[in-house]
Amino acid sequence: MNSETVENTLTIRDLKLWYGDFEALHGINLDIQKGKVTAFIGPSGCGKSTFLRTLNRMNDRIPSCRIEGKIMLNGQDIYDPSVDVVQLRSYVGMVFQKPNPFPKSIYENIAYAPRIHGMVKDGPEMDELVESALRRASIWDEVKDKLQQPGTALSGGQQQRLCIARTIAVKPKVILMDEPCSALDPIATAKIEELMDELKEEYTIVIVTHNMQQAARVSDYTAYFYLGDLIEYADTHTIFTAPANQKTEDYITGRFG
Amino acid sequence: MTTENFQADARKRKRDRADKRFKFYGFAAIVFALAFLVFFFIDIISKGLPAFQQAEIQVEVHYNAATMKNYNKAVDKKYKRLVSKTWLRLVPNQMRDKPELIGEDRLEWVLAENRVDQFLKGHEGHRLKSKHQKLVKQMLDEGKVRLVFNTGFFSKGDSKLPENAGILASAIGSVLVLLLTMLFAVPIGVMTAIYLEEFAPDNRLTQIIEVNINNLAAIPSILYGLLGLAIFINFMGVPRSSALVGGLTLALMTLPVIIIAARAALRAVPDSIREAAYGLGASNLQVVWHHVLPLAMPGILTGSIIGLAQAMGETAPLLIVGMMAYIPEAPGSIFEATTVLPAQIYTWSSESLRAFEERTAAGIMVLLAVLLSLNAIAVKFRNRSENTW
Repeated sequence: MNSETVENTLTIRDLKLWYGDFEALHGINLDIQKGKVTAFIGPSGCGKSTFLRTLNRMNDRIPSCRIEGKIMLNGQDIYDPSVDVVQLRSYVGMVFQKPNPFPKSIYENIAYAPRIHGMVKDGPEMDELVESALRRASIWDEVKDKLQQPGTALSGGQQQRLCIARTIAVKPKVILMDEPCSALDPIATAKIEELMDELKEEYTIVIVTHNMQQAARVSDYTAYFYLGDLIEYADTHTIFTAPANQKTEDYITGRFG
Repeated sequence: MTTENFQADARKRKRDRADKRFKFYGFAAIVFALAFLVFFFIDIISKGLPAFQQAEIQVEVHYNAATMKNYNKAVDKKYKRLVSKTWLRLVPNQMRDKPELIGEDRLEWVLAENRVDQFLKGHEGHRLKSKHQKLVKQMLDEGKVRLVFNTGFFSKGDSKLPENAGILASAIGSVLVLLLTMLFAVPIGVMTAIYLEEFAPDNRLTQIIEVNINNLAAIPSILYGLLGLAIFINFMGVPRSSALVGGLTLALMTLPVIIIAARAALRAVPDSIREAAYGLGASNLQVVWHHVLPLAMPGILTGSIIGLAQAMGETAPLLIVGMMAYIPEAPGSIFEATTVLPAQIYTWSSESLRAFEERTAAGIMVLLAVLLSLNAIAVKFRNRSENTW
């Protein structure tokens, strides 16, 4: 990859991470490109989710977690003491493995974050923002008549799209998705994948997935992680057709993992 | 042996019998427990109900100068033993308040003496002398004796004379003490739980605090009384027997219960909700205040109510801080001496006069009614907070 011709949103250099005494990531170097979908694959426990969570500092919540190295977002080190985590997280949004809408109304689910960030005032402006977020997550038509109903009453796939809409509403530039489809059926999964395809026009998407077909379908770049090491990182086509590393080949051909 | 026609065989019958036996044991346990409860209620209610009635007799009251000097002259001598001394004693006061009464002889219904009351209610051990029994019977025929609703029980404080003893002072005391307990224990308890659950780093200090809180919930309540005595009365100089010292002492006792319940409620909030909020860029405080606390509220309320109900029925620690005393007057402020319902019940239960027995039972009924209505309010409140989206 040539980092001079393409624009990198995230640049990770020599990232090491410990949980207590356990070193979970051993020096990751990676460039994540703007406006693309980057997939992280690898067997369970390989550190891909851990790595994803370092990108918007969600791992700050784990007291025993310690990191070394640099993560540059648009040239700024996000672990610099001067960085405001609240602003970082509104710039780098996150969608989780299990759909986790707030036990509030659909409207409130979307309006919550824009309100706490003071983006718009309640009223027509907020209504507009809620609608556009729901539209962009292609769930507007399904929920437009029941915005005051609890978000938790939706189906799993709808809940996950609601969570994506909730993330979009903050107007982030990067969206991190941690196995967003693992709790969903194939139809709901297909909808989310379609959505990712639309969203990458505007957002940089990083997705962790267990499902290699999914990685092949939705991503432009794929990174293969194994036991805390980044084994191989290339464009998805290369990874799935002509991997450079034997370990990668073993994994994607199903001989291992 | 396995058969292929799926017909019931001996093993199935054995299984069914075991099932039935198990169901029966469970059912029997419930019946057993219910029987105790029913027995308790029947006993208390049958003993306590008569206390809600009080005997009155109709006598001629002499409002004159002789009565002013000696209140025993207010009624004819033969009725003197039938009317309540507490009423008799107050006749001169009445005349001072209403001078226009002086010089009149009036036929009035007045509070009867407790032995007359017990005799009328047909209780054993009324200890009414036989000549007075005859007189009461005669007056009963003339319609000069009656049982009326005992308003005094709800409008008066304690008294050494059972016919004049009421529950009001201790009920007000209980309410004051409970309010103070709630005021001190709930905010401190909930804040502690939030800090420990959501903010505190997981280090040795917090672990020690945790272990100690769990132990505190299990220590005998009387020790809290000693603690209250040492800290609040001796050290801080809070007046003894006051609602304030009672409330503070019970707050100490209730704190661990509230903290443990609130922590459990906070822990029960799924972490995915916290992650969702953090992922959207909410601050620690916003996550707790907007998401975790509202979801934990029903559990916190339930725990607080259980703690407060426990405090309401507690007697041992109050014994030490001087609330188990004869206090006839309702407290005018939280600094004045007061007593509480359970203490009042205990005081009455140790009295020797037969009329106090029914008052003890009636006191228990009032305490139970207050506790049940507290719980009902709590359940309603909790259900409402569960349904807010």
